Amino acid sequence: MEPEENENKPGTAPSTVVSRLMEKYKPQSIPEDDRGRMKLVVNNLVLHLHPSKVNARSLQWTYTWGLGGLSAILMTLLGATGVILLNNYTPAAPQAYLDILEIRSNVWFGELIRNLHHWSANLLIIIAVLHLIRVFATGSYRPPRETNWIIGVLMLVLVFGSNFTGYLLPWDQLAFWAITVGTSIISYIPFIGESLTRLILAGPEVGAGTLLNFYSLHIAIIPLFIFGLMMYHFWRIRKDGGLTIPRTVEEVDQNIPADSEKVTTIPHLVQKELIFALGWLAAIIIFAALVPAPLEGIADPNVSPNPAKAPWYFMGLQELLLHFHPIVAALVIPGVVFMGVLLLPFYDIDTRNIGVYFRSTRGRGLSLLAAGLAVILTPTWVLVDEFLVDWSAWLPSWDTLITNGLIPLVAILLPLILLDQWVKSVFKADTEERVLFVFMFLFTAFLILTIIGIFFRGPGMSLYLPWAMPAAH
Amino acid sequence: MTENSGRSTGRRDFLKITWAMLAGLAALESGALTLAYLQPRLAEGEFGGVINAGPVENFPNNSVTHITNGRFYIARMEDGGMLAIYHRCTHLGCTVPWDANQNKFICPCHSSEFDLSGDVLNPPAPRPLDTFALEIVEGQVLVDTAKPIQRSNGDLVEVVYP
Repeated sequence: MEPEENENKPGTAPSTVVSRLMEKYKPQSIPEDDRGRMKLVVNNLVLHLHPSKVNARSLQWTYTWGLGGLSAILMTLLGATGVILLNNYTPAAPQAYLDILEIRSNVWFGELIRNLHHWSANLLIIIAVLHLIRVFATGSYRPPRETNWIIGVLMLVLVFGSNFTGYLLPWDQLAFWAITVGTSIISYIPFIGESLTRLILAGPEVGAGTLLNFYSLHIAIIPLFIFGLMMYHFWRIRKDGGLTIPRTVEEVDQNIPADSEKVTTIPHLVQKELIFALGWLAAIIIFAALVPAPLEGIADPNVSPNPAKAPWYFMGLQELLLHFHPIVAALVIPGVVFMGVLLLPFYDIDTRNIGVYFRSTRGRGLSLLAAGLAVILTPTWVLVDEFLVDWSAWLPSWDTLITNGLIPLVAILLPLILLDQWVKSVFKADTEERVLFVFMFLFTAFLILTIIGIFFRGPGMSLYLPWAMPAAH
Repeated sequence: MTENSGRSTGRRDFLKITWAMLAGLAALESGALTLAYLQPRLAEGEFGGVINAGPVENFPNNSVTHITNGRFYIARMEDGGMLAIYHRCTHLGCTVPWDANQNKFICPCHSSEFDLSGDVLNPPAPRPLDTFALEIVEGQVLVDTAKPIQRSNGDLVEVVYP
């Protein structure tokens, strides 16, 4: 019975709290063998979101463009900058605006942190949409990846929600009127619109209650859901057997099955991710240091700026509102498109050409055709509707829901149906290719509408050329 | 034996359904509670409560006066009738200024136009400007801004004569 048997062996230093800590958490070198590297991924909390091995071909840079990863990087950056912005911000009117002024001028690195948060948020909208387009273009949402597509679409909605609620927080004129216009769109939803808007705004119009509502949504509720869905999204990638594997048209034509060599996640994926993250972080910090986030005068409920525009990513929607009855523009069109996108993997199910950008050679041609047609037809339609067509003036006794809603809706649906039938009969397109054609057409058309709304609409929401745009007043 | 197992399945199903219904009820209750909790609160004397716009004499016939702290206009017609018109455009919520030269409200956002009583002269506004309940007590014009009243064109039910 010698109680101190294990300690103080002759010739070694006595064990202390510090030395035991050092021993327990001493830096680990990355194992040399594949097995050790895979174990490291599995046993690490952060790394285990990854599989231990990945498809070598899916790592190809020009296949994924790293868009999902960049979204995650931006989320992290937004979380980090957002949390420290909280320490200098009061969600009350008018103090919120004064706090932003303080952050810009009196807080160490305040301006930089705010710019980082602002520009990352705007970049995230673009990157998240591009990510969706990449997944669509490669058919990567098809079975068995339906669930991850749905999670992704829901996250995109939350990203828009997060951006929109954050837009109000500076409490300047830009914020106040963008949110006023944006929430007015909601009030047109039949039956529940009015009470829903009242609930969101905490009153009949944007005010102190709205600011507090948006603040709690922005800093707690939405981030919590996004975080949960993000983890679910990553985990599902693993469960679905990793990313889809890029393939060429020839491989599909010759029925060569999708196959790829597997490589260990360390270093092949992790190394790329780290370099990518550092590169983007550097770019965003440089941008944020050079370009200040906009801030206008303090919110004044008595004076609307002219023009009053929604946040830029909703300008396509606001453009629709100029052409359609609000029920059609705010509910029917967005509702149908959203459900169509959400349920995409349940009617576009051909798994043969997953991994081929735009399905096939003919698919690529059809996509280009769809985009080209949308680029020509959308501005034409905007101009014709703006200057030539005025159903409510021609049929003054008719309900505006018909003259301004139903008739223009049929007027844009008919050409779309004709185009689809034309593609079907002339190009012998199958269902999958027609889905591709319609999706690319609608996406490009919405992009064009957004561009028109942002750059071509001036005072009174009249059309101007961007270089001849009168100043807002 | 078959009877027995059949009965026990029935009991199991009954319990399952009961639990599901209780869970549904709990979800409904929490939902209602949350909705009620989130209802906007109203305060007297500021927007959302009753606002004193001043004595009737302040508003001459055929005039429009902006009461900014109440977010409304007092519109007085040729015949002396008074309306409290919410200054928010019924299209997308912009504040509509009164253009005294052209004698109409013109929205800066999408060029909707309204006449002195708030009726639509020019779309895209889908309905006239909303009004608030107006009351004259001891010569003072009191306006209840709690709930905007929606109208259709030509409907002057809300006009008050002193």
